[in-house]
Amino acid sequence: MLMGRTFTRPENRKMVWKQVPVEMVKLGTDSIILVAIISIFMGVIMTMQVVLNTENPLLPRYTTGLMLRDTYLLEFSSTIMCLLLAGKVGSNIASELGSMRVSEQIDALEIMGINSANYLIFPKIMGLVLFMPVLVTLCTGLGLLGGMGVAKFTSLITVDNFVYGLQYAFIPFYFTYSVVKAVFFGFIIASVSSYYGYFASGGAIAVGKASTNAVVKSSILMLLMDIVLTDIMLT
Amino acid sequence: MIEVRNIIKSFDGKQILHDISATFYDGKVNQIIGPSGSGKTVLMKCVIGLHRAEKGEILYDGRDILSMQKNEVKRLRREVGMLFQGAALFDSQTVIENVLFPLEMFSAMTKIEREERAKFCLERVNLYEDKHKLYPSEISGGMQKRVAIARAIALNPKYLFCDEPNSGLDPVTSLVIDKLIKEITQEYNITTIVNTHDMNSIMESGDHILLIREGHKAWEGSRNEIFNSDNQSLQEFVFASDLFKTIKMNSFNKNL
Ligand SMILES: Nc1ncnc2c1ncn2[C@@H]1O[C@H](COP(=O)(O)OP(=O)(O)O)[C@@H](O)[C@H]1O
Ligand SMILES: [Mg+2]
Repeated sequence: MLMGRTFTRPENRKMVWKQVPVEMVKLGTDSIILVAIISIFMGVIMTMQVVLNTENPLLPRYTTGLMLRDTYLLEFSSTIMCLLLAGKVGSNIASELGSMRVSEQIDALEIMGINSANYLIFPKIMGLVLFMPVLVTLCTGLGLLGGMGVAKFTSLITVDNFVYGLQYAFIPFYFTYSVVKAVFFGFIIASVSSYYGYFASGGAIAVGKASTNAVVKSSILMLLMDIVLTDIMLT
Repeated sequence: MIEVRNIIKSFDGKQILHDISATFYDGKVNQIIGPSGSGKTVLMKCVIGLHRAEKGEILYDGRDILSMQKNEVKRLRREVGMLFQGAALFDSQTVIENVLFPLEMFSAMTKIEREERAKFCLERVNLYEDKHKLYPSEISGGMQKRVAIARAIALNPKYLFCDEPNSGLDPVTSLVIDKLIKEITQEYNITTIVNTHDMNSIMESGDHILLIREGHKAWEGSRNEIFNSDNQSLQEFVFASDLFKTIKMNSFNKNL
């Protein structure tokens, strides 16, 4: 229902599309720092953990680079990053729309004869979805850079070993897989959170409840989607 | 002119509006009055179509909003302005952007014409250049209401709805807002409907008055008729305020 109203022809196409870059900045670029910090640190920490905890003569040293690469590409840069984004972006969307609902700003749009779902939600979904590939690339890149940092500045593993691992049996399709997943997850975050915010009713408490619901429900839905997409794409 | 005929509205099986009929006239401030919770807001939102009345007719100069297609309702909405209880300004936009918004959405004007129109509307509510670039959170409640009025009249509406325009304002600011609504109504011959429970505002600006009590229509008439009516509900509502008891006593004594 809501999706139907979101993706219909707008009253003024230009005005709606003008909001897309605005939302992209608000939801996407403002998340860059969070994603960057977490990606680097997890890259560093995972590299150290793998090196320190897999003392096994049968495992070559370059396994570390390989493991880090595949973890990032397969799950971290899509699923884990999106779970983080659900917390930040999802609650942001739900509380923004929720407060617009309770302060009658959504009614004000309707009174003007504007399809409020289309005007408010469509740019958020498009903005986030279109920005997802950037975040995935950034996340993977910085994670591997973190690992590289460990190789360079500690004596745990040599850079050569690490880089060899990174390149060993690389499957480019994993990157596509990860971007596709992230795009789906971006859609889930934006649409589920919009739903809870848009239909918030009551006072300030309702806004809080909407944003909690948005985070929890979009996280669960993403994990389910992860299973489905993995099943479709990797088997 | 808006005519409401026998409308009924319930939420979750609980009936809120019971068979209400009324007429709201052009160029007049038509007030819906009654205690809090009596159904004023619900009635207003039914008339505009934000809530859907289950039964009845709502005629905008003869056009029934309840039997319209979605697109027709949308077109009608462009003739409607509304001032919400909490102003409902878009808080991500500045004062002038708020007023420009309906113009950008719907008018065929050029950028310069739109800006002139927005400035004109803001000047009409006594807000000048120095306030244009501020955000709603940076101005007072009374100013927010004025910006909301400017936004509501930007597209030259035929019908103006105001839900408790005085709530949360001090008496002086309330008076300013009431006057503004009244002047604009007369100047542009708008059919204005105002929800209020404020006796000052009723005496100050009400032309045609509809009293609602627990979802029933209790009384309808002009302001002058208020004091001459012997309607029980009206008496109770009006004279709940001490001020008006005194006025009534005075006029009573004078008559002796
Ligand atoms: N969306 C809604 N859902 C259910 N009940 C509602 C809704 N809106 C209003 N009501 C009920 O309708 C009654 C009238 O409310 P309202 O019209 O807001 O009163 P007021 O005269 O103060 O504006 C109240 O009892 C309120 O609880
Ligand atoms: Mg009310």
